[in-house]
Amino acid sequence: MSGLFDDLRDLYQEVILDHGRKPRNFRRLEDADATARGDNPMCGDRIELFLKMTPDHHIAEAAFQGRGCAISTASASLMTEVVKGKTADEAKDLGAKFRELAMTGTCPDCGAALQDDMERLAPLSGVHEFPSRVKCATLAWHTLNAALDGTKEASSE
Amino acid sequence: MDTLTPATFDVARIRQDFPILSQPQARGRPLVFLDSGASAQKPRAVIDAMVRCMETAYANVHRGAYRLSELATDSYEAARTATARFLNAADAREIVFTKNSTEAMNLVAHSWGRGVMTPGQAVLISELEHHANIVPWQMLRDDKGIELRVCRVTDAGELDMDDLERKLADGKVGLVAVAHMSNVLGTVTPVERIVALAHAHGAKVLFDGSQAAVHRRVDLQAIGCDFYCFTGHKLYGPTGIGVLWARLEHLDRMPPFLGGGDMISVVTFEKSEWAAVPAKFEAGTPPIIEAVGLHAAIDYVTAIGMPAIEAHERSLVDHAMGALSEVPGLTLLGRAQDRGGVFAFALDAAHPHDLATLLDRAGIAVRAGRHCAEPLHARFGLDNGTTRASFGLYTTKEEVDLLARALTEAREFFK
Repeated sequence: MSGLFDDLRDLYQEVILDHGRKPRNFRRLEDADATARGDNPMCGDRIELFLKMTPDHHIAEAAFQGRGCAISTASASLMTEVVKGKTADEAKDLGAKFRELAMTGTCPDCGAALQDDMERLAPLSGVHEFPSRVKCATLAWHTLNAALDGTKEASSE
Repeated sequence: MDTLTPATFDVARIRQDFPILSQPQARGRPLVFLDSGASAQKPRAVIDAMVRCMETAYANVHRGAYRLSELATDSYEAARTATARFLNAADAREIVFTKNSTEAMNLVAHSWGRGVMTPGQAVLISELEHHANIVPWQMLRDDKGIELRVCRVTDAGELDMDDLERKLADGKVGLVAVAHMSNVLGTVTPVERIVALAHAHGAKVLFDGSQAAVHRRVDLQAIGCDFYCFTGHKLYGPTGIGVLWARLEHLDRMPPFLGGGDMISVVTFEKSEWAAVPAKFEAGTPPIIEAVGLHAAIDYVTAIGMPAIEAHERSLVDHAMGALSEVPGLTLLGRAQDRGGVFAFALDAAHPHDLATLLDRAGIAVRAGRHCAEPLHARFGLDNGTTRASFGLYTTKEEVDLLARALTEAREFFK
């Protein structure tokens, strides 16, 4: 069959399919220092995020549970990997840069310091061509902000 | 105005009536529009009628003592007469124009629910309802102490008629409000049996005909219900106009829903007197151009013939049942005996939103999510929602086949 969806490989790169099928850090952290719930009421995607912090306020561990499409699941999975070891401010800054990447496909202000992290998140940049799917990719990061700020609940609406 | 049913239903010719169907989509692919259950496309006849109204015969209605206003009033009232005939209503005054079905149901919940029902009575809905036929009754329940009961749906997606009867048995149900056709499962409910049971237990009956009125002939005299509603935009007409039909004796008893101009006969600062029905329920400037569009849509489907449309869709449904059952990993939601062209399904390898994005690339427009029927999805354990393909009179077997092929390929893509 002539692949109807060949050009969608930009959006659904192998990394995303892989993390969507087998999300990393997909578990509850019973002794979490911070948690938050994120909802996308439009589509029913929902994640619960758990953070463990080191005594000097770095993210020691991040994990999540929930339900969602391949993009929101993969985004949450990748996020739990890249935020490990970061301070709250560093993680929030990375989230802001990631949202720019998701919305525009590029991040001109990302700079060398974030290059490694942004390369890991780059497979998600394809969502910028699908405005209705940007929220799928950013839900986990909104939830991260809520956990770090102690607001407990986030919505990607 | 029963028009002759054409011997053959020429879907290719019908498709030419819908300008949007020849608009190329991304990468030159033709539009495969399988979301008519959310809102249908518009034929040239509807578009032209609305433009013609604005270009030649537009003014406010029921007000001006000048020719244009009289023309517009005639057009507006002609739409009411056409709607009454379309539903086989006994009297055109039983037709109230609203914004959509949602507003029609809210009107009944406010006016009948708060004005006629009494605390201690119950409203009986079902698990297959659209949120529009759930939330207004919850608001009524919380506001007025009206109990809300929910009739179960079987695993096949049909109303559990034994449960319906059980929930009517104590005689407290004042109103049964259920869908004539499910917007998720495609189930067509046994309206005449529901009416017989409800009336035997002293309950009135409202049917949400948003889906059904598009796909089959609605004969209110045969159905025998008390309230019926549908919406223009699903019937190939414009947005912004819906229809509430109710028996004249009910409308006469019901207090107004919205207050304003056009719905009164006398206004002083001390009190106002209500206009006669249906004006009592049509406060403010009504959807005049939209009524003209709805009239054109009714004429359009009537000229093709509702029986011919129903027969075409029946053959599409049979074809789709075959084609979709061959897609590996696909679970169809609901297998009602009597059903229309709405198919909600889950594919084992793909979330509904990922699937909708893929199908969009193949030029196929479907809806993903819970289709304003969250409790129904919970009932079937599908909290992620489903993907829904819904047919219109312009849908072809080739489009259904393309959908089946795309689903098969999508599964490979995500595997």
